[in-house]
Amino acid sequence: MANPISELGYKALKFVQALGNLAAFTAAVAWAIVRPPSRFGGFVRELYKLGVLSLVIICVSGLAVGMVLGLQGYHTLVRFGAQQSVGELVGLSLIRELGPVLTALLVAGRAGSATAAEIGTMVATEQLNGLRMLSIDPISLVVKPKALAMLCSTPLLTGLFVLCGIYGGYVVDVGLMKGDPGSYMSGLRSAVDFHNDIECCLLKAVIFGTLLGLIATFRGYNSEPTSEGVSAATTSSVVISSVSVLLMDYVITALWGV
Amino acid sequence: MVPSVNESEQGRQGLQANAAAQAPQQAGQQAVALDRVSMSYGQRRVFNSLSCSFPQGRISLILGGSGSGKSTILRLIGGLAQAQSGRVLVGSEDVTHLSQGGLNVLRRKLGMLFQGGALLDSYSVFENVALPLREQRRKNPAEIGTEVRATLNAVGVSDADDLLPGELSGGMLRRVALARAIIGKPVILLCDEPFSGLDPLTIRRMEALLVQINRELRMTMIIVSHDIQSTFRMADHIVLLLGGKVIEGTAEQMRHSQQPEVAEFFSEGTEIATARGAI
Amino acid sequence: MERSSMRDFLVGLFMLAGIGGIVYLSVSIGGFSWHGSEGLHVSAAFDETGSLTVRAPVVIGGVRVGEVSAISLGNDFRATVEMNLDPGLKLPTDTSAQIVTAGVLGDRYIELQPGAEEKVLKSGDRISMTQSAVILERLIGQLVYGVTKGDSKDNKPATSEPAKMP
Repeated sequence: MANPISELGYKALKFVQALGNLAAFTAAVAWAIVRPPSRFGGFVRELYKLGVLSLVIICVSGLAVGMVLGLQGYHTLVRFGAQQSVGELVGLSLIRELGPVLTALLVAGRAGSATAAEIGTMVATEQLNGLRMLSIDPISLVVKPKALAMLCSTPLLTGLFVLCGIYGGYVVDVGLMKGDPGSYMSGLRSAVDFHNDIECCLLKAVIFGTLLGLIATFRGYNSEPTSEGVSAATTSSVVISSVSVLLMDYVITALWGV
Repeated sequence: MVPSVNESEQGRQGLQANAAAQAPQQAGQQAVALDRVSMSYGQRRVFNSLSCSFPQGRISLILGGSGSGKSTILRLIGGLAQAQSGRVLVGSEDVTHLSQGGLNVLRRKLGMLFQGGALLDSYSVFENVALPLREQRRKNPAEIGTEVRATLNAVGVSDADDLLPGELSGGMLRRVALARAIIGKPVILLCDEPFSGLDPLTIRRMEALLVQINRELRMTMIIVSHDIQSTFRMADHIVLLLGGKVIEGTAEQMRHSQQPEVAEFFSEGTEIATARGAI
Repeated sequence: MERSSMRDFLVGLFMLAGIGGIVYLSVSIGGFSWHGSEGLHVSAAFDETGSLTVRAPVVIGGVRVGEVSAISLGNDFRATVEMNLDPGLKLPTDTSAQIVTAGVLGDRYIELQPGAEEKVLKSGDRISMTQSAVILERLIGQLVYGVTKGDSKDNKPATSEPAKMP
């Protein structure tokens, strides 16, 4: 039957069309960012909603991940007599991969879905049309502060995630397993290099933050003006953000190693 | 304060109840005109080659069955929808295919009252009404404050400055939205079902408010409504969309129209008597 | 839309915490430094560095006094290790440097043993007395070689026992 094939073709075309939409949307947002008004008040408000309110989940998750890394790492390394390397293991894993990626996934789930839902609801209740009729560009008033806030808070949250994780590993290694505190930190210090590791971590966090900001606002902005549409926008925002982050992580890691 | 409306001698024109294309009226007499406009949403055709006009400085009501395209006309005028063919004229200007810049200029002359108010739900009443002023004009905060309070008073809303839209009753919500729509001193006000969901007393208050604004500010009003009583009380001009055809006229003409569909639309109807009698 | 000052304060705290966290990670853990290197720069040549890495600690008597800043191949095909030490350190010119292992299989680091000279090292000086890293595999190889050679050369301890047996 031709149906599955034409379905596939149709889906492929829609996908390409969606990419084109996203590109046009990104251009519009970038243009709105460089033009006045600055929307600083809105930016600060969004930083609070997306950044400050995410602190608890980020720090708790970071601590938990660090503790698990410490525990698993210790049990494995101790078999080779290398338990003084737990600090390096925890630190490098967090800084290079787990910090930026897990933070981005958590932010996508919390802040990203909230943003998509909020903008989608504004579309459904015609608030954006109301703004257009007042000659106010909704991308400038609504999208710009939200996207910028996600871009800025992701690296900050990543840094805090990593620190909490390192502390979690320390608690397990030194507190629980009675390891040597000095070798935890010095192993960590000697293994982590600013240029190789921290720069890569921050770059990833910034790129992920940009992706999250764009995808969440895009899905909300283009949602169908029904309650089902808003729900679809919210879930697809999380799914697309997560997959993009993971794929992008591979790309960055591969290129960084070159 | 009064917008520059040319109140030309536009008496109650007895237009022929005719669906055929009409020559667009002269500028200055008609605030808005649609000329042979066809409009579809995807597959669904809303109307075909529709022509109608709305007189300057008067209150016009658009009536018709559900899905007949009443709200679509408002969206075409405001540039929120694009016609497939035909022309939309505001004043003497063809606004059918405008760029974003052109739309921004057009919308400064328009005010729109959406069905649900469409206020920003995370902003307070004061901030919502102040928003157009903050964005467009270069007024200092003190002037903005005075003008916002004056407008809110004019629509009969007071002591609600810090409330959120979610905390307002239906009537107050509509009035705040109205305040936001008129604070920019538009020439033409578009209202999408401003009376729906309101109790009869509130409806009459809204009517009185709109009529007062029209008389004082000479603002052209184009209102979409379902409420026939309101229509007859308020309208200077009625545009009736029935079965793809347009019938225009004054309230008197419509009430005493000889055309069967028009008469039926405005009559009390026999449906309920039939339903009662059938049992 | 109200500018709640409490909210603004929390946002400010958030930014400070985040930026502070990143700075701490970069400087303390990552070893990023503005002033490049104000410390005492010395270098030393080794035949063998083993798995010594950049940023490995440099230690005197168990106390960390600096770190390895670079490892490169010298013109004489010996490894040149550059070290960045604490600025106030006064090391005699006959100080020796040895590459040591933490534990048996652990990370390598450099241990300095100060000498007795009166003159002290300045930035850019070379430590001349060095002891290379011990490579475990070579050590085992030498041991095996030594035992097998010992077997064939010296028979006496091996044959004294069997003579006693009936």
